[in-house]
Amino acid sequence: MLANMLREAWRAMAANKLRTFLTMLGLVIGVGAVVLMLAIGQGAQTLVKEAVATMGSNLFIVLSGGTTTGGARSGSGTAPTLTLSDAQAIEELPSVAAVAPTQNGTAQLVYGASNWNSSVIGVTPSYLLVREWRLVRGQPFTDTDVRTVARVAIIGQTVARELFGSEDPVDKTIRIRNSPYVVMGVLGAKGQSFDGRDQDDTVLIPFSTAQRKLYGTSFPDSVRFMMVKAVSEDAMDRTEEGITTLLRERHRIPPGGENDFTVRNLSAAADVQAQTTRVMSIMLGAVASISLVVGGIGIMNIMLVSVTERTREIGIRMAIGARQRDILLQFLLESVIVSVVGCLIGVVLGVGGAALVSQTTEMMVVVTGAAILLSFAVAAAVGIFFGFYPARKAAGLKPIEALRYQ
Amino acid sequence: MKAAGHAAALIRVEGLHKQYETDAGPQPVLRGVDLRIDAGEFIAVMGPSGSGKSTFMNILGCLDVPTSGRYLLDGHDTSRMSADQLAQLRNRFIGFVFQGFNLLPRATLLDNVALPMLYAGRPTQERAARAQELLARVGLERYGQYLPSRISGGQQQRVAIARSLANRPKLLLADEPTGNLDTATSHDIMQLIGALNREEGTTVVLVTHETDIAHFAKRIIHFVDGKVDSDEEVGIAGQHAP
Repeated sequence: MLANMLREAWRAMAANKLRTFLTMLGLVIGVGAVVLMLAIGQGAQTLVKEAVATMGSNLFIVLSGGTTTGGARSGSGTAPTLTLSDAQAIEELPSVAAVAPTQNGTAQLVYGASNWNSSVIGVTPSYLLVREWRLVRGQPFTDTDVRTVARVAIIGQTVARELFGSEDPVDKTIRIRNSPYVVMGVLGAKGQSFDGRDQDDTVLIPFSTAQRKLYGTSFPDSVRFMMVKAVSEDAMDRTEEGITTLLRERHRIPPGGENDFTVRNLSAAADVQAQTTRVMSIMLGAVASISLVVGGIGIMNIMLVSVTERTREIGIRMAIGARQRDILLQFLLESVIVSVVGCLIGVVLGVGGAALVSQTTEMMVVVTGAAILLSFAVAAAVGIFFGFYPARKAAGLKPIEALRYQ
Repeated sequence: MKAAGHAAALIRVEGLHKQYETDAGPQPVLRGVDLRIDAGEFIAVMGPSGSGKSTFMNILGCLDVPTSGRYLLDGHDTSRMSADQLAQLRNRFIGFVFQGFNLLPRATLLDNVALPMLYAGRPTQERAARAQELLARVGLERYGQYLPSRISGGQQQRVAIARSLANRPKLLLADEPTGNLDTATSHDIMQLIGALNREEGTTVVLVTHETDIAHFAKRIIHFVDGKVDSDEEVGIAGQHAP
């Protein structure tokens, strides 16, 4: 029965190929647009997600308080209110996975005849864990190196390229502000951060070395900036509270007193970014969906014309015993086939368009199976929805009137 | 009332009225028709245009419903049936042959003949075999894959007859079946219908305005002004008994 109905639907559509094609075109364009727009939206989301992932997940930064000089307040991280022992205490919190105090700055690097200016960050070994960063060559430095204030360094991909070219940097000695440092390892590529910085243009040295030898400080063991990684996303709120309570206790801040430090949730900032791109991709999809509806109306229009044209055929079928649902199914099947075939072509066009966009522009496009499935389901639903009214009109014809129709 | 109760009444029509609502008020077309048709009869319905014979045929064929009165087909009261029940009744009990052939133009002859069996839910194998057999019966077995437009009018009417027989109907309704055909072809078609009546006992009701065509039948009913005007046996002896 179904095979026969499919054959008849095919015959009916093949009898008027141009019209069938034009009917489909609305949905083809609609589905193509939805697939392409969702791919562009998904691409933007993926970019943000990757940037967030390279920063590290479940992160806080803790900044020391600001100084006040003659009534003028400086920003956070200028007063030496946090110490390395604060960092160690935070690390003891049960919801904290790792703490990485850092000392930031930039310095001139020299190797042989090459020189380069880069950010040189004093860190503890846990920094690699916090940033979820791996070495591609060599070894990381250890707590012993921090304790002994060793002149060792790990360099990023950009630094390796600029100073060493194709040479292997491991165990070579570079000069940072004219002091020699042995390169212990090379970091894997991380690419751009989501604010556009090149994260590979960096050199990591032991925290103690940075503080005492490279940058110097009048407050040894003070920390202006540290990164804290929580054990999980669920533990974020708990961790923020824990850090605040702990530091207030350690700094003996009375109730109601102002914090002399700042805790920032980095994931929250990333979430806002992700939210923005998600809204953007939903809007792109919604605008494209309108063309799906327009395509559906096109199908309904043509099916209504088709029912009128084939009134006599409907009459003949009814005379020889077609029930209302036989007629209904026949016309519904036609509109569903038109939509499904139109949808398939649309998906192909959309995927092809996405490939074209990603090749000819810098935009990142990601075609997901879910997007294809979604637009497919919507198109099939559109076909059934807009095909139903004409099909019911056909099924509701009176046999004798349909037979007499000229 | 003609014909006593010994033969089974295939059709009983009692007090049949039909009127159409028009802008000029109700227009009566049938004004009280009482009729009984037994299984195996071969009847010609004649009458001038507007006499109500076509409307009567449409009601017999369950394509239209009367305004009042009863129509029993093989004991089934059609006045209480839904559209789908009427469709099934048409499918199982009635075969139609129209003046304009009414084949589906895009379907092959085989598919046209098989269509009533499709709506009856017969299995594919059976449909194909019986459609082929029926085409052979009307002498068109070699044209199964043709479209209707490739064969002559007389051949198309043969296909229509083959289609009407698909579900072995008890009643064959032919509305001016020869109206679009030349005389020789008309007589061929009538021979075919007559043979069906004789050999398979199919009850035939035929509408025509041609006297020579009407005389293929054994009983002629005249309609005038929405009523039965005359009802007479014309059968030649020897053609009656199967």
